[in-house]
Amino acid sequence: MAESVTRREGWNGIATDWASDQRAFKDVPWGKAMMWIFLLSDTFIFSIFLLSYMTVRMSTVDTWPNASQIFSLHIGGSDVPLILIAIMTFVLISSSGTMAMAVNFGYRRDRKICTYLMLATALFGATFVGMQAFEWSKLISEGVRPWSNPFGAPQFGSTFFMITGFHGTHVSIGVIFLLIIARKVWRGDYERGRPGFFTSRRGQYEAVEIMGLYWHFVDLVWVFIFAFFYLW
Amino acid sequence: MAYFIPTAPEDVPPAELGEVELYHAHSWITRWVFCQDAKVIAIQYSLTALAIGMVALVLSWLMRLQLGFPEAFDFIDAQAYYQFITMHGMIMVIYLLTALFLGGFGNYLIPLMVGARDMVFPYVNMLSYWIYLLAVLVLVSSFFVPGGPTGAGWTLYPPQAILSGTPGGAEWGIIIMLASLALFIIGFTMGGLNYVVTVLQARTRGMTLMRMPLTVWGIFVATILALLAFPALFVAAVMMGFDKLLGTSFFMPAIVEMGAQLKYGGGSPILFQHLFWFFGHPEVYIVALPAFGIVSDLISVHARRNIFGYRMMVWAIVIIGGLSFIVWAHHMYVSGMHPYFGFFFATTTLIIAVPTALKVYNWVLTLWRGNIHLTVPMLFAIGFIITFVNGGITGLFLGNAVVDVPLSDTMFVVAHFHMVMGVAPILVIMGAIYHWFPLMTGRMYDDRLGKVHFWITFLGAYAIFLPLHYLGLLGVPRRYFEMGETSFIPPSAATLNEFVTVMALIVGFSQLVFIFNLVWSTFWGKAAERNPWKATTLEWQTPEMPPGHGNFGDRLPIVYRWAYAYGIPGAPQDYLPQNVPPDLARVDELPEEEKRHKAAAGGHA
Repeated sequence: MAESVTRREGWNGIATDWASDQRAFKDVPWGKAMMWIFLLSDTFIFSIFLLSYMTVRMSTVDTWPNASQIFSLHIGGSDVPLILIAIMTFVLISSSGTMAMAVNFGYRRDRKICTYLMLATALFGATFVGMQAFEWSKLISEGVRPWSNPFGAPQFGSTFFMITGFHGTHVSIGVIFLLIIARKVWRGDYERGRPGFFTSRRGQYEAVEIMGLYWHFVDLVWVFIFAFFYLW
Repeated sequence: MAYFIPTAPEDVPPAELGEVELYHAHSWITRWVFCQDAKVIAIQYSLTALAIGMVALVLSWLMRLQLGFPEAFDFIDAQAYYQFITMHGMIMVIYLLTALFLGGFGNYLIPLMVGARDMVFPYVNMLSYWIYLLAVLVLVSSFFVPGGPTGAGWTLYPPQAILSGTPGGAEWGIIIMLASLALFIIGFTMGGLNYVVTVLQARTRGMTLMRMPLTVWGIFVATILALLAFPALFVAAVMMGFDKLLGTSFFMPAIVEMGAQLKYGGGSPILFQHLFWFFGHPEVYIVALPAFGIVSDLISVHARRNIFGYRMMVWAIVIIGGLSFIVWAHHMYVSGMHPYFGFFFATTTLIIAVPTALKVYNWVLTLWRGNIHLTVPMLFAIGFIITFVNGGITGLFLGNAVVDVPLSDTMFVVAHFHMVMGVAPILVIMGAIYHWFPLMTGRMYDDRLGKVHFWITFLGAYAIFLPLHYLGLLGVPRRYFEMGETSFIPPSAATLNEFVTVMALIVGFSQLVFIFNLVWSTFWGKAAERNPWKATTLEWQTPEMPPGHGNFGDRLPIVYRWAYAYGIPGAPQDYLPQNVPPDLARVDELPEEEKRHKAAAGGHA
């Protein structure tokens, strides 16, 4: 039965590899597989949030406010539309760049630069959440509430606070975990195989990459929120 | 390579991963309470689910008492009746069936059946149970708050769910229900990620996907469905919570209550129905697929015959799982939808009957010419097939938009879904508990009590639900607290209702036989022999029974063949466990139908 060990080509090979024993995804660590599947599930959560937003935007009888007016800042005597959102998006996407570099330096076992890059990512993330807090307080001071909205449909306020709030929570959780993992990298936990505080399991550098997967996902979700909420 | 041909020992691929480091409990608390061993977590899940299931059983008695003997019980008023209905439905579907199949059987069987030492993330797995327990406790707490639990029906349709006319709508009931659901989903996600990754990435050497027992396939696909379907319920719960607590209008249209215009307006109640059923229909298969998988294994073991058409069975599970995401609106034919949508959803619904029927045929063909042992698990498995066919056929009625419209909201629907996703999966759960009881406790249950339990439960379930089909066809509506006088329902319907109630009480009380049997046998049953059912799967091949920490002792098993090598002529017994190296020269392991197929093709196949 030598045929079982010969490598097969094409689709047949993919099917054989995938259905082979021990691991369906070769060389994918357990934690990474878990994060991918979790993100798939989380994708459904955000998709359903956005679909619900579109549905209530259609079902409401009041007019939907003009996004470029509502989300404008009064700077230097004129209203600049979407300026804050543009900066927020820029910051968050930059943080994806630093995160990707952190993963790279993590696998090179360059603890110092990896830590700095993760801290930079966390800082960008925190900045994003800070600007979101500013945006929230601006809207609240203008009278927008989850249950009402002086500029039109109350569902605008409901969906805005719910969806950006849910996304902001994701970013905040990401920042917390970035700090935890940056500390572990800095201390050299992954070199020394120091067991985790809660799980008493030894972590590895793939933790940085898994963190990166989550972070890029949160970024990607923001792109969709940006497109559907602010540009439409 | 065909999935039933065994691998020679020299062809088994080498180990890709080193031994995992197991968490070793240091104290009684970490061993038995905050335990990270999937087997203990499984027992915790199962006992919690069965305990809350008993609450739901009692609630169903109270409902039946009201329906059978209206106005005989002062403590059951319309409000209480709706609360019983709601809590009964929600507990049975989510906190009992989902938790027991995935959290209970999933935790116990996945690592053992695929040859893993434990789930891949034992700590997260432990958290999963504790959050589940918290969700159950939160749910139970709603019985004790002002206003009592919600009475919105298990589907929690807005706008009524959060208005003052519905029990718990103006008070805390609905909020507690939504919070408990959200907790359940968070806890389940933690467990579900474990089950999926364990199946995908932590199998033992030789355990290919097409060698996994169908039990694992069923639980695996059901877990994926749950991970993708529960988000819809989670989001719906969040939005309805906001509607109630913050006064948003996601699901609330402009509405007048008690003559006063409420502040709601512009929301979409239909949106909730779509979200709920986008979760709700896959939920049917989250419960059914593990049952399909388990029953396949029970039938194969106890009929000493390989499962007929293993590959078809796997693909049927996968296809049913996929289709279950595009049929949800068949629950909403009477909500009002475009006829083309009705056409689409009726078509997909009927298509799902094809792979399902295929599974039923394969179960029957497995029994055909099998060496059938009418053990207690086998009785339950056969009972399942009959009940599932019964419930499935009424599903074809209801899946058609035109037939559904007159039958909708009658007792016919109640009878249908109780047959197909109530009685049928619970028969499998009971059969599975009997089947794996020797493995979990090391002792045998009492066979005679088991058979008494089966016959009362099986015949009793038919005595309850067959009349409900008839009542439904007469037009008896569901969800009615009391019927009163109508022009179209004959008085004899009341007599039939009394009969159903008496049978429900008998079947309910007969479950005490089951509980007594389990408890008594756990402590005083006679010691079970090793592998009492002569099963091929890995969970019976562990060095200890019940399996110890790490499942497989010093060395993980190596798998040489599929899980269905039963009825093998020339083998030392009539079966070959998955981890016994093949004796290629002396034993011909080809399944019978393959031999016939070969002979028909002139030996060239």
